[in-house]
Amino acid sequence: MAPSLEAVRVTKRFGSFTAVSDLNLKIQGTKCVGFLGPNGAGKTTTMKMFTGLISATSGNALINGVDVAKDKKAALSSCSTLIETPEIYPSLTPKEAMTMLCEIRGVPSEERNKRIDEALGRVKMQEWTNKKVGSFSKGMKQRVNVASTLLSDPEVIILDEPSTGLDPRGMSEVREIVKSLGNRLVFMSSHLLAEVTEVCQEVALIDHGKLLVYDTIDNVTSKFAGAAGEVRIGFARPLDIKMGAVISNIGGVTSFSRLNDRQIVVKFDHAVVTQEKLFEVIAGLKAGAQSFESTSGLEDAYLSLVKETL
Amino acid sequence: MAETTSHGTRVSSLSHVGIVTKYNFLNYFRARRFYVMLAIVIIISGLFTGLLAYYQPGTLVGTGDPLAFYRGGWGNFASFVLVLSTAFFGGDAISGEFQNRTGYFLVPNPIRRSAIYVGKWLAALAASSIILGIFALIMLANGLYYYPGSVPWGFVQSLGFAWIYLVAALSLTFAFSSLFKSSSISILMSVILLLFVFSFVDVIMSGVAGVEPWFSITYGAGIVSNVLSTTYPFHVTSIPLGPRTTLTTFNATIPEGLAILAAYFVIFGLIGLWLFERKEFTS
Repeated sequence: MAPSLEAVRVTKRFGSFTAVSDLNLKIQGTKCVGFLGPNGAGKTTTMKMFTGLISATSGNALINGVDVAKDKKAALSSCSTLIETPEIYPSLTPKEAMTMLCEIRGVPSEERNKRIDEALGRVKMQEWTNKKVGSFSKGMKQRVNVASTLLSDPEVIILDEPSTGLDPRGMSEVREIVKSLGNRLVFMSSHLLAEVTEVCQEVALIDHGKLLVYDTIDNVTSKFAGAAGEVRIGFARPLDIKMGAVISNIGGVTSFSRLNDRQIVVKFDHAVVTQEKLFEVIAGLKAGAQSFESTSGLEDAYLSLVKETL
Repeated sequence: MAETTSHGTRVSSLSHVGIVTKYNFLNYFRARRFYVMLAIVIIISGLFTGLLAYYQPGTLVGTGDPLAFYRGGWGNFASFVLVLSTAFFGGDAISGEFQNRTGYFLVPNPIRRSAIYVGKWLAALAASSIILGIFALIMLANGLYYYPGSVPWGFVQSLGFAWIYLVAALSLTFAFSSLFKSSSISILMSVILLLFVFSFVDVIMSGVAGVEPWFSITYGAGIVSNVLSTTYPFHVTSIPLGPRTTLTTFNATIPEGLAILAAYFVIFGLIGLWLFERKEFTS
C-alpha cells in the first residue's frame, strides 16, 4: 500500500483563535510535498497534529490510514518526524539518544550501530558520535535531529523546517538528504521556496488555517505565477545606454530597468525563445555578465495566492 | 509473536517504560543536579557526624537507647532529604519536556505518553532512592559506631516508610510537573508545599481547629519519625491550656499513615498522568 497522510476536516482552536480550519488534505504515494504558508498560517500546528504533539479540536489526522489520536503508537510506527528544533537530553551522546530511538522503534539490536553510524555519517556528525549533546551548537543538534529521522527506514517523514539553524553547507546537505529519500512520502514545511522547488514535486499552500491549493509545483506555478518572468543580471563592467537599448529591443522583453550602472532587471514574457535570445544578447554585449538571478515561479505563485487572502 | 517490518519490531509499552527509565536514569546520573543532591546529603550527614563526635550529646549517644540516636539523626533529616530529592528529580521531569523542548524529540515516536510518564517516574524514583539510601547508610554507620551490633527494628521500619513516603511524594511532584510548563515553578511548588504548606496546615488543623488532617501527605508521613519513638505516640492527645482552650495533636497510626501515602500515590499519579496525556506541545 502506498504511504499516505490525510487530514479529514481537521480543525484546531486555541481558545477563540482558530489555527487550522476544516483542513482536508490527502497526500498519497512516494514523493516530496512542500508545505508552504506565511508565519502563523497553521503549518506547524497541522504537523503537530500528525505527530501527537497536540490534538485536533475536531477531525482526524491519519498516517497510512491510522488515526493518530486513536492509536498514535501504530500511526507513528512507520513515520519519522522532525518538528521545530527538538532538544536531546544534554547528558546523552548522539549515539545514546539515537540508540534510545532505535529501541523505542524496535530496530533490531544487530542493526542499530550500523544504522546510527550511517545516519550520523549522512549529516557529517561521525566525529561527534560519543560527545555529550549538551555541548553542541544549535546547528549540530539539528543535524542529529535530521539523522534521527532516518533510523527506522520510515515510509513517511514529516519535516518541519528541517534547515532551521543550519549553516549554508548544512542546508545544502539536508536538501541532498531529502532528495535522496526516494521511495518515501516526505511532507516538509519550509519558508525557503527555492529549497522546496529543488526537492519537492508537489506543494500544499495554507494560509489562515485554510488550504489554498494542493497540486504539483508545475501546475501551481502555471496557474498562479502569472505570465511574466523576471531576471536580475549583474555585470563586471558598467553598462552604457546603447547596451540597455539593445536589451530593451529584444522581442518578448516587456520592461527593462537599471538598479545601478552594473545591475539591471529585465521582465519578459516567460517564453523559452525570449530567454534564449536574452542569454545570447547579453553574452554578445561583452560587458562581463557575472550573475543571472531568476525569480522563482513558485514565489510568484505564493505571493499571488497569499496576497489574495489578506 | 512480535510483528517485524523494515521499520522495526513492534515494541510493547512495558518495554517502552524500561527504555525511558534507562535513558532518563542515565541522564539523571550524569547531570550536575545528581551530584549537587549528593553533596547536600554528604554535607548534612558530615555535619551531623562531626558535631556528634565533637559534642557527644547525651540525648543521642548517652541514653543507651539506639532508637533515640536514630530519632535524633535520621528522624530529623530524612524527610528533608527526601523532599529535596523528589523536587530535584521529579520537579521538572515532565515540565522540562515542554520547557526544554526534549519532548519534541521523544513524544513524536510510536510510544504512548503513559509509557513516557511511568518511565520517567521510575527513573526519578531510582535516583531519589539512591540519594535516600546513601543518607540512610551514613546514618546507619554512625549508629553502628555508637551502638555496635544494634540496628533497631524501628529504624528498619522508618526506612521502609520513608521510601513509601518518597513514592507518594514523587507522585505529587510529578502531578505538579505535569500541571506547569515552567520547570522552576514546578520545582518551587513541590518544595514549598512539601516542606512548609502541608506542615503548616497540619498544625493549624489539629492545633487550632482540632480536626485530624487526614488529607495531608505530611501528616501521613509522620509515621516515618513516629516509629522511632520508644512507645508509639497516641493517636489523639489533648492538653488543656486553660479553662476553655485545649491543644489537640494528632498522630497518624501506621495503617492510617500508609493509607494516606497510598492514596497520594494513586490519586496524584492518575491526576499527573491525565494532565500529561492532555497537555499540548505549543510553543
